[in-house]
Amino acid sequence: MASALIDAPKTAKRGEIITLRALVSHQMETGYRREISGAVIPRLIIHTFTCHYDGEEIFRADLFPAMAANPLIAFTTVATRSEPLVFRWLDDAGVAITETVQLVVTA
Amino acid sequence: MMFPERHSRNNIEPSSDFYLPAFFIAVLFAINLSPVPFMAVRAAEIPLAQRQSGFELMQAETQAMQRNDLSNPAMLWVREGEKLWDEKPGENGQSCVACHGVVTGMAGVAASYPTLDTASGRPIDLTGRIQQCRTDRQRASAWPRESRALLAMASLIGLQSRGMPIMPAPDPISKAGAARGKALFNQRVGQLNLSCAQCHDDNWGRKLGSATIPQGHPTGYPIYRLEWQGVGSLQRRLRNCLAGVRAEAFPFGADALIDLELFLMERAAGMTVETPAVRP
Repeated sequence: MASALIDAPKTAKRGEIITLRALVSHQMETGYRREISGAVIPRLIIHTFTCHYDGEEIFRADLFPAMAANPLIAFTTVATRSEPLVFRWLDDAGVAITETVQLVVTA
Repeated sequence: MMFPERHSRNNIEPSSDFYLPAFFIAVLFAINLSPVPFMAVRAAEIPLAQRQSGFELMQAETQAMQRNDLSNPAMLWVREGEKLWDEKPGENGQSCVACHGVVTGMAGVAASYPTLDTASGRPIDLTGRIQQCRTDRQRASAWPRESRALLAMASLIGLQSRGMPIMPAPDPISKAGAARGKALFNQRVGQLNLSCAQCHDDNWGRKLGSATIPQGHPTGYPIYRLEWQGVGSLQRRLRNCLAGVRAEAFPFGADALIDLELFLMERAAGMTVETPAVRP
């Protein structure tokens, strides 16, 4: 049951630096752990996170097995236009989680 | 629902028979030549003015994580609980919302669990009550203990009591359970031969390895524990501690664990519910 929480301002002034924080529900199974039987638990992590704004990719992160479960990624951008911010997480199973928030930019 | 008036802290009197057992235990320690020297004298129960949540002992970063509902990972479980609240899992098509209404109506409920289950005449914890609702009233299968769905539902119900004072169940059966829990709390167990009280009453605020020992108040359960990388129940925490002192942990749902929960709620009476809390 995938879900995400986005901490982003609803409005910002044009040119203002805004902080975006994206929290997603994911087990981030490292691939290094074993079951009691000795069988390796296959790796299942989010390997790519992107954020698009106003038609452009403004942030991208490659994630690795050392990341904790339910990763929280925080970054900044400059508010330019009233456009949606689209956050996307892609995992090893090919599952994509997408979350969109609307940003209103005032002059 | 109606929420009963807050207990005055002055009503929660320390047990009058405390000092004699304390002396007795101190003598026992002297005879036993306890291997840990700083524990040689049994300290008193924590004075009300000094009670504090484990929140106070956390780093600023972890505190900030709990304060902001958009960075507290436990809120992911709460969101799942919100979906489950409206679901109809059983053959009779009953959802939680059909009986209880909007979940905000559960305010104050979690603050007074465990409580007396009148049907069985025994104390029941919140998890047990959720399971009872699922099997008896929704005609659905019980969720496994510590399953994501069960923790999600418990987190959602717990959140509704956030900011309210803990109100231990006042009925005599729950009080008797709390008394048994108190005895367990003070009983030395395991290969390390330690009681809960020896850490959480006598040595809170000091270090156990790199970790600061908290007072052990159940203010924030279910909690998101960074070490677990997930949400867990108070019973999981209690079983953790039992394993830590090399004792055989009581199974989930055991009467002894519910008695301990009852005592911990009594011990934390009047403290503020923080559910869902973040802990290191």
